[in-house]
Amino acid sequence: MKPLTNGILKENPVLVLLLGMCPTLATTTSAINGCGMGMATAFVLVCSNLTISLLRNLIPDTVRIPAFVVLIASFVTVVEMLMQAYVPALYDSLGLFIPLIVVNCILLGRAEAFASKNSPVASLLDGLGMGIGFTLALTLLGSIRELLGTGKIFGQTIFPEDYGLLTFVLAPGAFIVLGFLIVIVNKLKK
Amino acid sequence: MIYILIFISAVFINNVVLSQILGICPFLGVSKKIDTALGMGASVTFVMAIATAVTFLLMQYILIPLNLEFMQTISFILVIAALVQMVEIMLKKVSPALYQSLGVFLPLITTNCAVLGVAILVTKHEIYKDSLLQSVVYATSTAIGFGVALVIFAGIREQLNLANIPKAMKGMPIALITAGILAMIFIGFAGIV
Repeated sequence: MKPLTNGILKENPVLVLLLGMCPTLATTTSAINGCGMGMATAFVLVCSNLTISLLRNLIPDTVRIPAFVVLIASFVTVVEMLMQAYVPALYDSLGLFIPLIVVNCILLGRAEAFASKNSPVASLLDGLGMGIGFTLALTLLGSIRELLGTGKIFGQTIFPEDYGLLTFVLAPGAFIVLGFLIVIVNKLKK
Repeated sequence: MIYILIFISAVFINNVVLSQILGICPFLGVSKKIDTALGMGASVTFVMAIATAVTFLLMQYILIPLNLEFMQTISFILVIAALVQMVEIMLKKVSPALYQSLGVFLPLITTNCAVLGVAILVTKHEIYKDSLLQSVVYATSTAIGFGVALVIFAGIREQLNLANIPKAMKGMPIALITAGILAMIFIGFAGIV
């Protein structure tokens, strides 16, 4: 059970390990976008961790990084095509950042640090835990930005209709909200 | 004229880091000193220009004629990884001095999402996707924009070391908040072209 819970709180990839900053900042313009991006990444992470762990004795050590990247890229392509087919609206709003899951450091990081050394079951749980941790962090960040920016969460109006602070939906809000979230996490850690 | 417009819009208005939010890892990671920021900016410019030219040709003459567009992600990341390796080896032979100054940054660039991001953006853009020259100018300008943002940010962070910052905000949080204020400044450039 430890690999599963590890990624959710103690080693949360976004708020504690500070990995995968690009999708974290760029796609959390709303709660639903953050959640969608988190789930897409989690899916790739679970699949790649499982396959890399299964193949860990077959892949020669010298070419392991390119091999991992190709495996990850294949799963990203699968996710990309699935999303294009079944959730076209989300696919359009995440746009470029779906293919860019390939270069998310969380995926290669977990492959190298965990999946290439551990059993398939543990790697699957690790991928799931990290994926859930990533999704939760992105949904939280997306909710805060959507609330501060437009007064809504998941499209549900919270603040009065005429409220709007566009900065929080644009790029500056991403940096500032994540900065303060990490401050809160640092305070809680003590 | 069009090239000047592409340059200004890529460097200031759609700055790759501060408005498109690509390449954040090196932006936060190698921005502690102005010298290293300059080195990183130069290496990214070099690699991004070559990578965009190669992936553009790959898309136009191999993937599209063979109806293999879905292989874009896999083939681009492989091409970029191979290219970075090749640039590293060639630089070592041709210009050891340049290799000395850029060497450490080159392996990091493979995982810089700005490089893959720009290569993919170019193939989807309605104007750039038909012109190799415009694509390369756009990629080079974007990379220069990355360098500009990185150097400004490194300058601010050098000063931040001297400031009295609450303990919980030291390191990453204050860097992110600074980047946020910098991004607000870059929003001010919107509409100049």
